[in-house]
Amino acid sequence: MSSVRLRADCISHAYKSLSVLDDISLTAEAGEVLVLVGPSGCGKSTLLGILGGLLAPTSGTVRMDGEARSDCLNPLTYVFQDFSLLPWRSVAGNVSLALEGTRLDTASRHARIAEVLGLTGLTEFRDALPKQLSGGMRQRVGIARALAVRPAVLLMDEPLSALDGQTRDLLLDEFAGLIARSGVTAIYVTHNLSEAVRVGHQVAVLSRRPGRLREIIRIDRPILERRPSDPDLVSLEAMLWRLIREDAATADREMKRA
Amino acid sequence: MPDPRGHPVPFRAWGFAPRDIPLAAAATLIGVLVLWQAGASAGLISTKFLSAPAQIARALFDLSVSGELWLHLSASLRRLAFGWLIGTAAGLAVGFAVGLFTLARSPGMAIVSALFPIPKIALVPLFIIWFGIGEGSKIVTLAFGVFFPTVINTMAGVDGVPRGLIRMGQSFGLSRMAIIGKIVLPDSLPAILSGFRITTSTAIILLVAAEMIGAEKGIGAFVLSAGNLYDTDSLLAGIVVLSVMGLIVSFVLGRIERALLGWR
Ligand SMILES: Nc1ncnc2c1ncn2[C@@H]1O[C@H](COP(=O)(O)OP(=O)(O)O)[C@@H](O)[C@H]1O
Ligand SMILES: [Mg+2]
Repeated sequence: MSSVRLRADCISHAYKSLSVLDDISLTAEAGEVLVLVGPSGCGKSTLLGILGGLLAPTSGTVRMDGEARSDCLNPLTYVFQDFSLLPWRSVAGNVSLALEGTRLDTASRHARIAEVLGLTGLTEFRDALPKQLSGGMRQRVGIARALAVRPAVLLMDEPLSALDGQTRDLLLDEFAGLIARSGVTAIYVTHNLSEAVRVGHQVAVLSRRPGRLREIIRIDRPILERRPSDPDLVSLEAMLWRLIREDAATADREMKRA
Repeated sequence: MPDPRGHPVPFRAWGFAPRDIPLAAAATLIGVLVLWQAGASAGLISTKFLSAPAQIARALFDLSVSGELWLHLSASLRRLAFGWLIGTAAGLAVGFAVGLFTLARSPGMAIVSALFPIPKIALVPLFIIWFGIGEGSKIVTLAFGVFFPTVINTMAGVDGVPRGLIRMGQSFGLSRMAIIGKIVLPDSLPAILSGFRITTSTAIILLVAAEMIGAEKGIGAFVLSAGNLYDTDSLLAGIVVLSVMGLIVSFVLGRIERALLGWR
């Protein structure tokens, strides 16, 4: 299990004059999944970029504490909404990209690739190109690539949002299982509340732009024991929806900027 | 009285879907050649102004047997190869620099935008003054003409690399060189290769022009002197050689594209 915590202190961010995040403090606890929900455009992707060091916040700090496992090759690792696969590389080649230029020798690299392809059910697709795969299979590659580097913190930006509803349900089960069993610390951005209550130990609710932290909800039931029909999860989802419903409606009517 | 079963919905999506018929393409070309030859044999086309296909073929044969063709062709191909390679290498280097580095971008683009619109043929006399009437001025003319479109296509290719892919590379801790070599270069390759189609044909045009301005050897010079002698057979033979040259180049590029861009 990952013993790394990721803590954001008083993060604010603005794109030029557009204030996007306002004084956000939260912590992804070691080995837990922190879910960020909020209406579209509230700054979730911005916050995730800041948390993983892909974006410098206007103010505030992000700290990582705890030791990453010794086999970790890239402590802060992303899974992207649009998969971000290289179209000219095969499934195995895309996973390999994350391992090339690291201290792994060729043999252990191949072993790692085989291992994560096995975990994600991609073994028979190892030589396929991304364009030959369905959206769900492509995101499996995204997950396999991320798991291959043994991350300390996994940062996922709406990993299932580009998929159709049925594929999403199937992958949600798989991903929740993979994340829970690997014990990685994770931050999971979504606008889908049923995803939030399925994978989160904590659910942080952001207001509409500029995103402020409205509430953090803990869910104690272990992830592997959760079922979509659990009454307490269903009522939690309804409660979250009441929290953000008005914000979502207002955000939808707002004019686009930039 | 309306039909109670309703009426069938008429199909409306006709046309706008042209298909390729390779046989029709071949038949058209052969047909034109046959008509041309027939017209010339029947005396409907004056062969003094437009030689018949058979005469052109005969001239081609004679020129290749006498070795004259190879003399001119090899001179032209050497200039083409050197000029194109030099212009392409320089263009790729500048194109990548402008696409990747702030420090190179504005200065590079200022110079490219200022010099790109100059018709390169107009510079041949200047290059002759600078580099002499020999090979130097011709190769520089070609290189110069190839350089600008290469810069522009390369830069467009690099600019077009999805930022998300670059962020992905950075998020996995790839080095700058690895990002350039494993993400930027392959992603901009389609744009670069389609630029090669433009620059190879530009190079052939400039080659002929430069050879007409001052050269003893080369297909351009050969066509010009055949014209001066009213030798339309040889003149057209030279033009056939030039178009075959263009066809071969485009065929080779097509092969390279298929080999390197099969993932698309
Ligand atoms: N690079 C950028 N430059 C300017 N504005 C941006 C940029 N990225 C995002 N924004 C704006 O910031 C706001 C928050 O964006 P984002 O973090 O993507 O929200 P979310 O992921 O919650 O939908 C949006 O209004 C968006 O238009
Ligand atoms: Mg987003």
